[in-house]
Amino acid sequence: MARKPNPVYDHKASDGKLAENIVYFARALRAAGIPVGPGSVLDALSAVKAAGVGTRDDFYWTLHAVFVKRHEHTLLFDQAFKLFFRKRDYLEKMMSSMLPNVQGQEPEAPKAGAARVAEALFSGMNEQEREKPRDVEIDARLTVSDREVLQRKDFAQMSAAEIAQARLAIQNLVLPLDEVKTRRLTPSARGRVVDMRRTLRASLKAGGALIDLKTLGPRTKEPPIVALVDISGSMSQYTRLFLHFLHAVTDARKRVHTFLFGTRLTNVTRALKQRDPDEALDSCSSSVTDWSGGTRIATSLHDFNKLWARRVLTQGAIVLLITDGLERDPDDRLSFEIDRLHRSCRRLIWLNPLLRFEGFEAKAKGIRTMLPHVDELRAIHNLDSMSELVKVLSSRHRSEDKDAWLKRVA
Amino acid sequence: MAKAPAASAAPQKNAVPASIDETLRLLGSAEYLADRSLATVLFLALKMGRPIFLEGEAGVGKTEIAKVLSSTLGRKLIRLQCYEGLDVASAVYEWNYAAQMIAIRVAEAEGTIDRDRLSHDIFSERFLIKRPLLQALEPDPAGAPVLLIDELDRADEAFEAFLLEVLADSQVTIPELGTVKAEHPPIVVITSNRTREIHDALKRRCLYHWVGYPDARRELSIVRTKVPGIGATLSEQLVFFVQALRKEDLFKSPGVAETLDWATALSELDVTALDPATISDTLGVLLKYQDDIARIDNSKAAQILQEVRAELRAAE
Repeated sequence: MARKPNPVYDHKASDGKLAENIVYFARALRAAGIPVGPGSVLDALSAVKAAGVGTRDDFYWTLHAVFVKRHEHTLLFDQAFKLFFRKRDYLEKMMSSMLPNVQGQEPEAPKAGAARVAEALFSGMNEQEREKPRDVEIDARLTVSDREVLQRKDFAQMSAAEIAQARLAIQNLVLPLDEVKTRRLTPSARGRVVDMRRTLRASLKAGGALIDLKTLGPRTKEPPIVALVDISGSMSQYTRLFLHFLHAVTDARKRVHTFLFGTRLTNVTRALKQRDPDEALDSCSSSVTDWSGGTRIATSLHDFNKLWARRVLTQGAIVLLITDGLERDPDDRLSFEIDRLHRSCRRLIWLNPLLRFEGFEAKAKGIRTMLPHVDELRAIHNLDSMSELVKVLSSRHRSEDKDAWLKRVA
Repeated sequence: MAKAPAASAAPQKNAVPASIDETLRLLGSAEYLADRSLATVLFLALKMGRPIFLEGEAGVGKTEIAKVLSSTLGRKLIRLQCYEGLDVASAVYEWNYAAQMIAIRVAEAEGTIDRDRLSHDIFSERFLIKRPLLQALEPDPAGAPVLLIDELDRADEAFEAFLLEVLADSQVTIPELGTVKAEHPPIVVITSNRTREIHDALKRRCLYHWVGYPDARRELSIVRTKVPGIGATLSEQLVFFVQALRKEDLFKSPGVAETLDWATALSELDVTALDPATISDTLGVLLKYQDDIARIDNSKAAQILQEVRAELRAAE
């Protein structure tokens, strides 16, 4: 055992308390959304014992090393740590003799993530569930709303018939088998690489007299799908359906990333991974704050390109951009960002519900800016078009539709 | 406890540090200026014998940590560079097929074809070619080696599964041969640039740390340590300039490696203080995307430089 840097921490006296507190803290982290298993709790205990509780900082980073497995969780951990050990005064008491200045600290202004953590920490206190605020629905179809409506959309309003229909349709969808070659090899009768291991094993069967060549060919794999879904007011009628669709796709495939954007970009991949579609959509709606507000396509695409493109667009990803293209203020930035998006993925498919109108013309400036940079433009407004999309996803053919749209206007 | 025999058998310098402060000193002795959070994680990893998982932007010194650990602890460094399609044959082990073939032929010529014995002989350690992961499990007189698994995000998901056994139990199972277990677990350092998420199953087995950009004070001491002979004014200005650049809306912010390259370039050019012309001539060392270089044009660079100068003057 290492010598402890400070004699204040006494193993025998505070061992039980320490373990207890770490268990409670782990529970708080779990409630705040950081996946912490029982294994981590044991790790944390042995880590704290290994490091010895020297200063608050060391204690912080020791727990951080064990509990945090993702960069995004650092913020939540930070807030939870502050709240937890402020409330219990435990750490302060333990280290009061060496850090007398910690006690008099003024509480700081709440930071991002504090609300979520505080909610998680104190959620058990009031038994009564707060009543969900009623939604104020504003039909902003085909208008570009200037207002950022910070309201949470309630998916429970989806009618039973709708749900049944969507589920049925989704069941009938045969998911695409558009596969890309990987650099990994797999046994194949028509392969070109000799698989020495299998060859040798096979020839041993014959006592080595006969060498029967076994070969390897490239393994294929479904490429990742990245969906960027517009949830602004003008799209509000469709988002529910799209989310159901994406949930089905997420269920069937391994690598699907879903982002929602109105005025800001939200990653809802984890939310959509829940097995039950209702639960998935529910947790999805609670993680988004800008339902049915305005659209800032350029800003959202910029955020995506900067923060996520390099993390999710690897290994030949297909991007589904679901938006009506009615940008509030289209400018050079939009064409720059859509161009960058196009360059960093294998295929960019734009799904536009406006195409359902017979007389649709690519007149809006946002649409005209984006059209040259997408590989394909398709309608998506009902179940038919959705199954059409599924077919397209599986084929390699490239439609010339988008050029036709541009020509018609020019 | 597992460490004890290694420590007694090996000279003093191979021993793992006994406290966080000692870890900091150890890294410092190899000119790696770490912050306390990183030192804490490293200390815990060494003490608990757990792999360490480092994530961060390119050029913040993730790979360097493994090199520094190996040189300061006097351990062998075994490096596994990941790439798409990396498989067991090039990462863990492979059989020496040519030698096996010959052995089969010889057995055939001698006319002693006993199939069971032959297959037993063919798949023995004699014919095994050890790749980095297996090498890392071998005993080493200098102490357990440092195993660097570099840029794991470049390998495909399937490869991560091969690592789980090594990371959790320091062992590899070879179907024909059995399980190879390390007497002393290697010091495993995994790095990732986060071009994709690594699976939670793998992360769970490691201690995680996000390596961020250093603050101005630490970056300044890094530059002065790594580029000896650089002027005080120049080093201060360039570090604050880079720090200001990181606040700009760039596609790829310059890392510490870029700062060091820039510092070396400028001191080679005998520059004593920054000026807009020099900046725009040498910006390619710092920024690697054309859009970013276009964004930081002459006037923008001059403006940032002016702010940096004002900030430095105020700090005096």
